[in-house]
Amino acid sequence: MLPIVQHPAAAKEFVNDPNRSRWHDQALWFVRSKRDKQAASLPEWEYLRETASGIKTHTIANLSHYLQEFERNATARGAVVHWARDAEHHNEIVLRILHDHKTKRIVKSKSMLTEECGLNHFLEDNGIDVVDTDLGERIVQLRGETPSHIVLPAIHIKKEEVGDTFHEHLGTDEGASDPKYLAEAARGHLRDKFLAGEIGITGVNFAIAETGGLVVCTNEGNADLGTSLPRVHIACMGIEKLLPRQRDLGVFTRLLARSATGQPITSYTSHFNGPRDENSELHIVLVDNGRSRLRESETFRAAMHCIRCGACMNTCPVYRRSGGHSYRATVPGPIGSVLSPTRDQNSYKSLPYACSLCGSCSDVCPVKIPLHHQLLAWRGELVGKKLLPVSKRLSMRCASYLFRFPALFRLVGQVGRFALRVLPRWATHNRLNVWTIARELPEPPKESFHQWHRRHRNH
Amino acid sequence: MKPTLADTDARQGILDRINTKHVDIPPLPDVDVDRVIQFDQPIEKFVEMLAMVGGQAHQVESQGEVRALLEEIDVFRTATRIVSSAPESIAGTIDATQIEDPHHLSTVDWTIARGEFMVAENGSIWIDGDTLPHRVLLFIAQYLAIVVPRSQIVSNMHQAYERIDNFSARFGVFVSGPSKTADIEQSLVLGAHGCRKLQVFIVDDL
Repeated sequence: MLPIVQHPAAAKEFVNDPNRSRWHDQALWFVRSKRDKQAASLPEWEYLRETASGIKTHTIANLSHYLQEFERNATARGAVVHWARDAEHHNEIVLRILHDHKTKRIVKSKSMLTEECGLNHFLEDNGIDVVDTDLGERIVQLRGETPSHIVLPAIHIKKEEVGDTFHEHLGTDEGASDPKYLAEAARGHLRDKFLAGEIGITGVNFAIAETGGLVVCTNEGNADLGTSLPRVHIACMGIEKLLPRQRDLGVFTRLLARSATGQPITSYTSHFNGPRDENSELHIVLVDNGRSRLRESETFRAAMHCIRCGACMNTCPVYRRSGGHSYRATVPGPIGSVLSPTRDQNSYKSLPYACSLCGSCSDVCPVKIPLHHQLLAWRGELVGKKLLPVSKRLSMRCASYLFRFPALFRLVGQVGRFALRVLPRWATHNRLNVWTIARELPEPPKESFHQWHRRHRNH
Repeated sequence: MKPTLADTDARQGILDRINTKHVDIPPLPDVDVDRVIQFDQPIEKFVEMLAMVGGQAHQVESQGEVRALLEEIDVFRTATRIVSSAPESIAGTIDATQIEDPHHLSTVDWTIARGEFMVAENGSIWIDGDTLPHRVLLFIAQYLAIVVPRSQIVSNMHQAYERIDNFSARFGVFVSGPSKTADIEQSLVLGAHGCRKLQVFIVDDL
């Protein structure tokens, strides 16, 4: 059984470091602002979002057909298509391919799916040397951490800390923290790894049913270097990554990078059709891992539209201040809070509450997932299943009782206004009341709205 | 390698699970090209966007100018290992078609590639993998230059995909600027793993 994640407790350390929390907040807001600029540069932005949502809704509904069409066409181009029912199965398939080739040195580009499946740990336990080649992922790998953001894996780490890590592992000058210097050191270090890599593993941004081809988007060019040197390329993808036709990419390549980092497109948008040549191999692993079950839910099915751009994280006021690790999941932020409870309701039950229901995530989502509606829907389901702590359930029941009896509501209001006026500070600001740790109570109004309305309704 | 029996079981299991939940299928929408942005001066837009993504555009009238402009760049003048797929603009010093193992290209200084067409909205250039003896040339060279004909330009990605609808090569890529990273505190650094800089030569004829 998975441990239970309590988001407020998991976020505590990050939030209690106001400098880091503010710095993190501002770094992500900067990315969000760049996204806004790009979105505003296209008059058809909303039209693109609608079309993208329509394409994804169609594809997920007709998923069985498109998966088989993709398999047929990819196979015809010489790729080997594998099907994995869950994370363990996926890892076994990858390991078997590595064993078949007697390989020990893997270069891997960013893939949230392999993070979801815990591939790195699994391979390392089996004696395989896995090198993450995305700079951000390499930083977190060297530090023994996990990515805190799906597009910006090391967004929670300061350059001085990167400097310390590189000093220890790559032998850079002690105390050096210039990003240019550090990136150059990583370039040299990873070049050697690329040249020594025996198999390249990548994620997949889009898979095209009509052609059997794959599209991988990177800025660093690491997926391309990692797959154009070794003879074997393993591409791992969730079954929701499909698009029906190649021309659908026109919509998605316009939305992805603009939403993710505020770039008009990634530096490299690479199209792979089958293996590199007759002497090379391309293995495509199609992974379910709960996706077909998610598809069965009317309420949460649209979460399968996600193209992993991270825009919902960059805009989320809770994510920006609490950091990605507080979600204790591969995918954090609003989309993660929707997806994680579909894996295990009990262990991720606090995540739908790590949300102010401000709705900003739904507004920026390039494929129009109704994220805040889904988060609210989760709360309804969790309450119904009695998965919430007694304190929350009891206070909800009291509130519900209060709202049903107007006379009682008025009385409690009166008592509250009186109490706000007369209670000494120690009665409200003490360690029993966590709500007041960083908040002040409001000035009590002289009268209730009800009273005010009664006086004015005839005017 | 052939998939084993376990894979076949998983395949059927996944498809069965999807098939047992019927979901109404809405029609697949198409993009109406009249509703998306087009530029009256696509070349100007391309040049502007390429600069934004960290590349440099040079508009030249004749092939000969390409060499003259490259010679002005220090790291080109001192370069000794150059691979070119656009020999009418510039000749290479290494014949990559004679090299079997792409690892032997790790010391290439410059790759001069041929671009098929430009996309104005994002400063990208489509490169057909079949024009290169090894696709790694685009990524392993320290510096990259792309030569592309002035007449070959589209405004947006919808038109771009219309152009490559029958694309059947094993590899193709939209390149937009040099390789870059902002993974250390959001500071943009050009030259992550691929080329450090990108020069694009827009020539009148090829």
